[in-house]
Amino acid sequence: MTHTAPLTNQAGTARTRPPRAGRSRRRTGPYPLYFLLVPAVIYGVFFALPTLLSFYYSFTRWDLFTATWIGVDNYRAFFGEQALVTGLRNTLVFGVLTSGAKVVLGFLLALMLTSKIIARGYLRSVIFFPVLVSTIGVGLTFTILMNPERGLINQALGTIGVAGPGWLTDPALALISVALVDIWKGVGLATVIFIAGLVSIPTEYYEAAALDGASKFQIVRNVMLPLCRPATASVITLSLIGGLRSFDLIWAMTKGGPGFASDVIASVIYKQYQAGFYGLSTAGSVVLFLLVTIIMVPLTWWLNRGEDN
Amino acid sequence: MTNFTRRPLIAAVAATALTLPASGCAAGSLGTSEDGQGGAGKVSIHFLVDSGENTTASAKAMVAAFTAVNPDVSITIESRPGGSDGDNIVKTRLATGDMPEVFHYNNGSLLQALKPEQTLTPLDDLPGAAQFDRDFVRSTQGRDGKLYGGPWGTAYGGGIFYNVPLYSKLALQIPKTWDEFMANNEKIKASGVAPLAQTYGESWTAQLPVLADYHNLKTAVPDFGEQYTAGRAKFATTPAALAGFQHIQELRDKGYFMKGFASAKLNDGLKAVATGIAAHYPQIGETASGLKDVAPDHVDDVGFFALPGPDAATNGLTVWPGNGMYIPKTAEGDKLEAAKRFVAFSATQPGCDAYSQGSPPQGPFLTPECQLPAKVSQVAKDTQAYFRAGTTTPALEFESPVKGPALEQICIQVGTGQVDATKGAELYDQDVKKQANQLGLPGWQ
Repeated sequence: MTHTAPLTNQAGTARTRPPRAGRSRRRTGPYPLYFLLVPAVIYGVFFALPTLLSFYYSFTRWDLFTATWIGVDNYRAFFGEQALVTGLRNTLVFGVLTSGAKVVLGFLLALMLTSKIIARGYLRSVIFFPVLVSTIGVGLTFTILMNPERGLINQALGTIGVAGPGWLTDPALALISVALVDIWKGVGLATVIFIAGLVSIPTEYYEAAALDGASKFQIVRNVMLPLCRPATASVITLSLIGGLRSFDLIWAMTKGGPGFASDVIASVIYKQYQAGFYGLSTAGSVVLFLLVTIIMVPLTWWLNRGEDN
Repeated sequence: MTNFTRRPLIAAVAATALTLPASGCAAGSLGTSEDGQGGAGKVSIHFLVDSGENTTASAKAMVAAFTAVNPDVSITIESRPGGSDGDNIVKTRLATGDMPEVFHYNNGSLLQALKPEQTLTPLDDLPGAAQFDRDFVRSTQGRDGKLYGGPWGTAYGGGIFYNVPLYSKLALQIPKTWDEFMANNEKIKASGVAPLAQTYGESWTAQLPVLADYHNLKTAVPDFGEQYTAGRAKFATTPAALAGFQHIQELRDKGYFMKGFASAKLNDGLKAVATGIAAHYPQIGETASGLKDVAPDHVDDVGFFALPGPDAATNGLTVWPGNGMYIPKTAEGDKLEAAKRFVAFSATQPGCDAYSQGSPPQGPFLTPECQLPAKVSQVAKDTQAYFRAGTTTPALEFESPVKGPALEQICIQVGTGQVDATKGAELYDQDVKKQANQLGLPGWQ
């Protein structure tokens, strides 16, 4: 859906716009080329150039004053980094877990919020609110709520006789706890995308399914799920990329700790940067870039395949 | 080798290439150069300090005392976070030429990481510099032998805070060996008190059992610092160096840590040892200045002893010879002159008195110009005793520029049972390799 929309738009523009003065027909687009200049310079200076330079600096020992070429030593050091082994696994776990939960929960919430329930508009807002709050604020709030002794969560569990775990202090649990908060914060966006997808399904399909005697479950399974596939693809793509490069929430809640138990690639990179190993952290950024590319390009292709048919 | 001089471009690259939002550099950097031109002929400089309560209080007192006698200078205090976030800000602001005229920072290996020869103004001509504490001077020099900082505050020890009333109640002796210490812990645990406060919620506090053990390490291996800098001696393969990690594991295995240690912070630890919730707390003595805020009625209930080693005869204290005040190369003209006057002021009696107003001193001052106030804390008295007896050793970070950035996380791994002591020491040996390579030291390839 999202991908076909621009195509029809362009075609529509070309057909409906009346031909202007003769010389404009030679141009490929309706706007002069120099309109591109400012965005191109901004994009070039602040994105393309740094990206290219970072490839260069990742092969150097760099202290911001001098850069010494050291070949692949940074990559060797980065992959020898013990935090990276846990970091790599944690990145994948975090990305898949949060993205999967957002798809499932987002779809279920969207089903609920497109049906005829009381206070639908209010509930939609409530689900979306966490998206609007600052990530650092959310992180700090939940760090306090999840404190094993004084936190509200464990105190509440204590009143019903359950001894709550050390959400952020137990090495086995820390990453999962942060993932739960990330899901809480991000599910609103997934829900909104799903709502848009579900609402755009023409009612004829429902009527046809109802005539054929389809049950509620069959309608969800055979009408709604396939027809909101573009929404699913968008949610997966957005949340997986977000999950793979997530940093702020983890840094606000655990700083990768205890020890290295909740380190992800991005936090490992940041720690190298903090320590002043600029070449090493740049190499880490390149690795992260390649990882996200390797996962996302085939996945996006697979999710969007057949959409044009 | 390529030499770059276009700093703003490099800075832009550094900031964007990381694709991370939280580089946090140059907070409040806007307008550091232009403002304060108001009063006729008045020089306005900025002073960057870490945001710790005591440091801030001392900085304010020092600025007030200085400007009272130097009305031609006005000083604005800027603050930065401590720990590795602070290191990051200091490095980035220096590298981008955006550092205030005076800043306060560690000396030793952290100073070496700033490349003082390239970024800081030499201060050998500071009045009284010839008399500064020898260990302070040695750890504040660049590799070119020039002095790059003036003294900030006092020297202090790294060791163990203990609860004095508990020690008298249980009739315990100050332990001189590790075995005596563990025997004390056993008795304390039997009496129902937690033997040891640990505060992994503030991760830098976790490394003291390793850092403060350096006196014992150096006693066993006198040339460890040298061999270690050259890449020949390692923590995992030097038994006396491994001991620090083993101590953490032993304390954990015996269940000596206080309840809630995994999320507790520095102030929780101080409060615990001051009020007798925990008997011991491995710390640097300087943090005792915070007792007046977290446990005002128990300041003198906290005493201090050196981290005990294998032999009572060689008992002694690992010490940190203060911190420094530095002037970046970018300070020039009137501002440089004013900055130098301010740094020199900190090493005079009025400067030291101002420092003491903010942070009660926990060890001797770094210049003979300064005398301690008449009444000092128990921790300061206990620290002084080691200095008078001459049984002090500067910590490893003052003997070697090599200090790994992940020591605190590795200590937490050992202390939470994720890895054992030997594995922890091996991990740390790998970690320091990066720092050695970044400094371009020979013998580490």
